[in-house]
Amino acid sequence: MNHSVTEPSRLQKWCAGILVVGYALVTIMPLAWIIATGFKSPGDAIAYPPKLIYEPTLEGYVNLFTTRSRATPETLAQLGPPETWYDAIVRQYDMVISGPSRYGERFVNSVIIGFGSTFLSIFLGTLAAYAFSRFKVPLKDDLMFFILSTRMMPPIAVAIPIFLMFRQLGLSDTHLGMILLYTAVNLSLSVWLLKGFIDEIPVEYEEAALIDGYTRFQAFYKVVLPQATTGIASTAIFCLIFAWNEYAFAVLLTSGTAQTAPPFIPTIIGVGKDWPAVAAGATLFLVPVMVFTILLRKHLLRGITFGAVRK
Amino acid sequence: MAEIVIRNLRKEFGSFTAVKGSSFTIADGEFFMLLGPSGCGKTTTLRMIAGLELPTSGQILLDGKDVANMRASARDIAFVFQMFALYPHMNVRRNISYPLVSQGVPRAEVRTRVAEIARILGIEAILDRPVGGLSAGDRQRVALGRAIVRRPKAFLMDEPLGALDAEFREHMAEELRALHDRMGATTVYVTHDQLEAMQMGDKIVVMNHGVVEQWGTPQDIYDEPATLFVAEFIGSPPMNFLRFDAAVPEGATSVWLSGVEIPVPLAKEATRGAKAVLGVRPEHVRLDDSAPYRGGVVAAEYLGTTQIVTLDTPNGIVKARIASSESVHVGEPVGLTFNTQTLSLFDAGTGIALAVERPMRRGAQPRENAHG
Repeated sequence: MNHSVTEPSRLQKWCAGILVVGYALVTIMPLAWIIATGFKSPGDAIAYPPKLIYEPTLEGYVNLFTTRSRATPETLAQLGPPETWYDAIVRQYDMVISGPSRYGERFVNSVIIGFGSTFLSIFLGTLAAYAFSRFKVPLKDDLMFFILSTRMMPPIAVAIPIFLMFRQLGLSDTHLGMILLYTAVNLSLSVWLLKGFIDEIPVEYEEAALIDGYTRFQAFYKVVLPQATTGIASTAIFCLIFAWNEYAFAVLLTSGTAQTAPPFIPTIIGVGKDWPAVAAGATLFLVPVMVFTILLRKHLLRGITFGAVRK
Repeated sequence: MAEIVIRNLRKEFGSFTAVKGSSFTIADGEFFMLLGPSGCGKTTTLRMIAGLELPTSGQILLDGKDVANMRASARDIAFVFQMFALYPHMNVRRNISYPLVSQGVPRAEVRTRVAEIARILGIEAILDRPVGGLSAGDRQRVALGRAIVRRPKAFLMDEPLGALDAEFREHMAEELRALHDRMGATTVYVTHDQLEAMQMGDKIVVMNHGVVEQWGTPQDIYDEPATLFVAEFIGSPPMNFLRFDAAVPEGATSVWLSGVEIPVPLAKEATRGAKAVLGVRPEHVRLDDSAPYRGGVVAAEYLGTTQIVTLDTPNGIVKARIASSESVHVGEPVGLTFNTQTLSLFDAGTGIALAVERPMRRGAQPRENAHG
């Protein structure tokens, strides 16, 4: 909807356009750099001045997913010609593939922990937000403030107590432990955001459903929830992005079984300064969040409730 | 369909008492209006009947059964909200069929009943449209459809016409009343609009500050308001109040206003204090140059067939509704006479009307008077 009285002038449109494009360039730059580096050879990646035009190679991706060992010329000769394209890439450096890397496992860990904690944050957050929004909860304001206050310090400030607790409870380096931790951190955000969204849904809808013969839970499930999808989708994106990108706790509390991708990716550098592999790992790591956001994008559009209620 | 009996219904929100011991009876098939200014407790009363609020104390008998503490879904009543509350994520057909689905009505029957309702309301063409793009009138019809389709014991409506513009409101009010007459369903209707209440209701309860001020037919309430509040709330312009400092004894047949004797209907009770109020509807004031009770014309408002003349009298401002053919001039002194049998007397201290004898009750004045 355009409420302005006059159409913006050509000059204004151009200025606005240039600003938007300029801002987009600035924000896209690091991303583009990472994606580009993923397709460079290790030499090109550290070339100075940086190479903008280079011969793309999948070396970074091969290195990301494999572990390799150096072989003597004799062994290499014995092996015969490389069987696959990735063998060929590795052979250029007198190396042979000795097995898969742990990137795949770490990636799966990130997916389990990221989506698991997001689901839990949204599930608990929606129920709590609904209760806070609709029912007379004793000390409601104080409780809401308490929930918010858990956000007031950086979560890492309690790293040591959490580390000790996790060790005591046997939660260190477990998926469950990480899911619980990220859920605890995200809950305050999800309760507050979702309460705002649910507050905006007129209570008359549920009352209509209650009178139409539905139970309170059915009214919540069939009437409130479909209208809260916008809020749930945007809250879920926030929760996922936090859990997905979290680094400090992941470094501290995971080392093997439950290690997520963020603490793993830097370890790829190893001794060889393998920047393309790191960039490849980072590029692939961006994909799930992007896909998730794009999938939920249509729910972010408001307006499905337009007109059903007299404002 | 059902009779609804409200007994000593009371609702407190913390320290605020929204409804203070209301009692009234809604007969089977009646179109019943709950009327009052905002904050008077009418909506709270309606919500208690619906089961959306639980009463602090008192009884709500639905067909003789106390439902005061029953869940809304168990009461078998339908509610029409002022803001319609159509489910925005469903189309018209699903909105109307939703209450049936909850009761597990077979799909084929749901279809026929929704079709029937759509025909009654004239909304067949929009059944498959989303509710978002509908006009206010159509949304109102869909909301009604959702209420009617279940064939509930009673309909509760919370200012259902409040969201419509004036012109359409009139039309919808007629439609609603016609629908009610056709179905004969007990209907409880909340409004703050006295004209709407008079126009549509079989019975009216007038509430103020959580108290039932009066309960009766529109004509009862108009002709014999029980309190000063009702007298002022009903009618446009409202009843004129001529305040005077004298007690009215039992059996009095006249009162003295600024030295002029005004005949009144026989008072069957006396005022408690020494202050009283004489109430007269604007249409029962006549201008007569020879009358001893005098006032000055302050303003005249032309309304077509009638005009409202504002007069300044020793006992306060009086508005008279007279034929526009009578000529009045602002600034001129005139004499006033009142139609004796229609006068009301109030105790100024309590605000309650005195019982009076009215030999020719009712039917004497045409109902149109109420509509201003």
